[in-house]
Amino acid sequence: MRRRTFLEAATGVLTFFFITPAGAAPIEPTRPSNYPEDFNAFLKISADGRVGCFVGKTELGQGAMTVLAMLVAEELELDPAQVDMLLGDTDLCPWDLPTGGSLTMWHTAPVLRGAAAEARAVLLGMASKALGAPVADLALKDGAIWVKAAPKRRTSFGELVKGRKMERHLGKVKPKPLSECTVIGRRIPRRDALAKITGAAKYAGDLRLPGTLHACILRAPAHGLTLTTADTTAAEGVPGVRIVRDGTLLAVLHPQPDTARKALALVKGTFEGTELDVDDVRIYQYLVDKAATGQRVMIARGDVAAGEKRAATVVEGEYRNAYESHATLEPHTSVAKWEEGRMTVWASTQSPFVFRDAVAGALKLGQDKVRIIAQFVGGGFGGKLVGPGAIEAARIARQVPGVPIQVAWNREEDLFLDGYRPAAVVKIRSGLDAGRGAITFWDNTAAGVSQGEAEFAYEMQTNKYQAPAVPDLHPLKVGAWRAPNAHTNAFARECQLDALAAKAGLDPVTLRRRLATDARLLRLLDLAVGTFGWEPAAGPTGRGIGLACGAWRQAMVVAVAQVAVDKATGMVRVERFLEAVDVGLVVNPDGARQQVEGAITMCIGQALSEEIHFKGGRILDKNFDTYLLPRFSAIPRIQVVFADNSTMATQGIGEPPVVPVAAALANAVFDATGARVTHVPFTPERVLEALKRVPAK
Amino acid sequence: MDASVSFLLNGKSVTVQSPRDRMLVWVLRDELGLTGTKVGCEAGLCGACTVLVDSEAVPSCSTSLGDVAGKAVLTIEGLAVDGKLDPVQKAFQDHHAFQCGYCTSGMIMAAWAFLKKKPRATRAEIVEAMEGNICRCGAHVRILDAVESVGKATGGVR
Repeated sequence: MRRRTFLEAATGVLTFFFITPAGAAPIEPTRPSNYPEDFNAFLKISADGRVGCFVGKTELGQGAMTVLAMLVAEELELDPAQVDMLLGDTDLCPWDLPTGGSLTMWHTAPVLRGAAAEARAVLLGMASKALGAPVADLALKDGAIWVKAAPKRRTSFGELVKGRKMERHLGKVKPKPLSECTVIGRRIPRRDALAKITGAAKYAGDLRLPGTLHACILRAPAHGLTLTTADTTAAEGVPGVRIVRDGTLLAVLHPQPDTARKALALVKGTFEGTELDVDDVRIYQYLVDKAATGQRVMIARGDVAAGEKRAATVVEGEYRNAYESHATLEPHTSVAKWEEGRMTVWASTQSPFVFRDAVAGALKLGQDKVRIIAQFVGGGFGGKLVGPGAIEAARIARQVPGVPIQVAWNREEDLFLDGYRPAAVVKIRSGLDAGRGAITFWDNTAAGVSQGEAEFAYEMQTNKYQAPAVPDLHPLKVGAWRAPNAHTNAFARECQLDALAAKAGLDPVTLRRRLATDARLLRLLDLAVGTFGWEPAAGPTGRGIGLACGAWRQAMVVAVAQVAVDKATGMVRVERFLEAVDVGLVVNPDGARQQVEGAITMCIGQALSEEIHFKGGRILDKNFDTYLLPRFSAIPRIQVVFADNSTMATQGIGEPPVVPVAAALANAVFDATGARVTHVPFTPERVLEALKRVPAK
Repeated sequence: MDASVSFLLNGKSVTVQSPRDRMLVWVLRDELGLTGTKVGCEAGLCGACTVLVDSEAVPSCSTSLGDVAGKAVLTIEGLAVDGKLDPVQKAFQDHHAFQCGYCTSGMIMAAWAFLKKKPRATRAEIVEAMEGNICRCGAHVRILDAVESVGKATGGVR
């Protein structure tokens, strides 16, 4: 149903269109200019008094449906359970940006909260008329409105909206002041808990639309190769098999997913094309050489050469990271159905509207001819911002009208087709003055990433950051991986600072305190080292303790890690990990904590074991036997502390805690051993190599 | 070739017409519509498809239909009794021991099988028991807390 039609069809429904978000805090998010003015948020109050909330974000496990309901409940004086959430349906929800970049709490939350505040004002106004009492004399709770002095004179949301329909544009109603908030800051049960612990939660692959055919797609053995001819005779001999071909896309269809997969193995394809001559060892020189053909200065402040003359301690560092997969436990999955000139795709997606536009573009359909319905998403992390699998499903479905087509990548396809966290090389030369209190120069040349979050709240007399503007720099497909660019840049910067501190014989926290340009950073450093129990000392101390800082937008994180390194095997064991986090107002404390715990855990894998191995266009990792995710035995004691900063707008929490993890661990390895690991992941082999480079005392 | 295979599924007898070498996960999801059991790696490496066969946790992606003939299979859908959540489910709910939820069914089943054998386990023993199950979102600490709490509170599972 189109959104308009839906509105018109709904009777006894009070609808609100909202134009201006009324912010709650001094630092305001910048609204994307392409948010359509009347599509910012959409609330529905039914005749039964329930409040429906429609948002174009999706539930990835990050808790969007829980925290957004909290905001609506807060303003309307409801229990969050009294708010019904509908997420990620492009026909029913207002347009929104992808569920990524920690944008849900940054962009959508203030709009939604402002919308709910307006709804409250409108409902109170209506109640005032109905009850014949001024708004100031009214009380509101759980969908009822009454006269404070005469509680029997009461009405309800349901009664007020019954048989009425009105549109309102948002005025200047302010959300409640924090001092009056009763939902924000409380531990709220996750809305998705019951469905997920009982197995009832539906992911895209769990849909059982009648007549569904499962499509398995013939893949090239390597990137750079495309299908030319295929012999499908043997596969077609399998009862029930159907073959669909659309250009270079060939799919084997069968009512049973496993039979489709087996039949696909019988297809013999020939492929042509050229694989690039590069692999996971030579990639770093490849990137440096290619980047050199088009380096651009992205940040230029001060005279680097002059700054270098003022330096008493100079360090030169080169930092690398491998390609890393999102490896969501649920592989990319979509179900598409072509019916009556419209394509509907039930998808595992972070970006319903991006998927809609991509499917429309690929099939040359109008955007209004495509509907995306997001399901529960089995992890995203930036991997499901784009929808190649949804396009595949739609292309196949277009050829078999009326038949639902499921495309569920298997693990090998998911690792092969993912858009990886880009491999990168970051070279930094920098120096510290004789008083050990000022960075006199900082010269950073990157290959593989751009300058996102390269700068931090440190005083640097000069700063130069070069990054390539070279098309097709990467031989493999890359994408946004939770806190893109930021974690690569933070790894380089924070390890480099640690090296400067060590060379100058300075405690690494002391150096950061001297450089800090933001009082928030000083407070956060205090909170982190105070909670951890950091004793100032110049490294390496042998304790195995390392610290790193990071930012994402205005969120700030200080991470402290403690590791033990087995010098014989090169194994790094993380014993303790703490993050102090300042994300402004924390709306859902337990949800925020989960995001931080999750980010730390995930990035222990990033730092220690996750790496895509490849040769030419061939991805050598086919499954979790070589692509190594952190398991239970790798997880340390984790501590999370939040800065009390409720006057700053909520920043979002998905990416910030990712940013400093690998750097804190690398600095801890240095503190334990004197060996500087500079290549993420620092596998046992790389740790052993680094240990060999440590000069004998 | 299709065969007629009977087994006990969540306490009820079922008979399936399917090849004996078909993997149980497809029979459960595709033939029987029990989609709570998830597909993550199809190689017994991630634990998302964990179910219990005669109270032993097994990856249903690598367990054939023939292997369960005449045995008792328990899936996530069969854990709650008369609508009452199993203590392990309750503990996962109370601890918010999940995020995306895709690994959760397998986690709960693996924990259940372990707790049945060893209700009062040490943290290290729980870690070892859960090592075959992958959580990508990083709910590990909460999962361990949840499993530990069940042992402490109830002395195990039914």
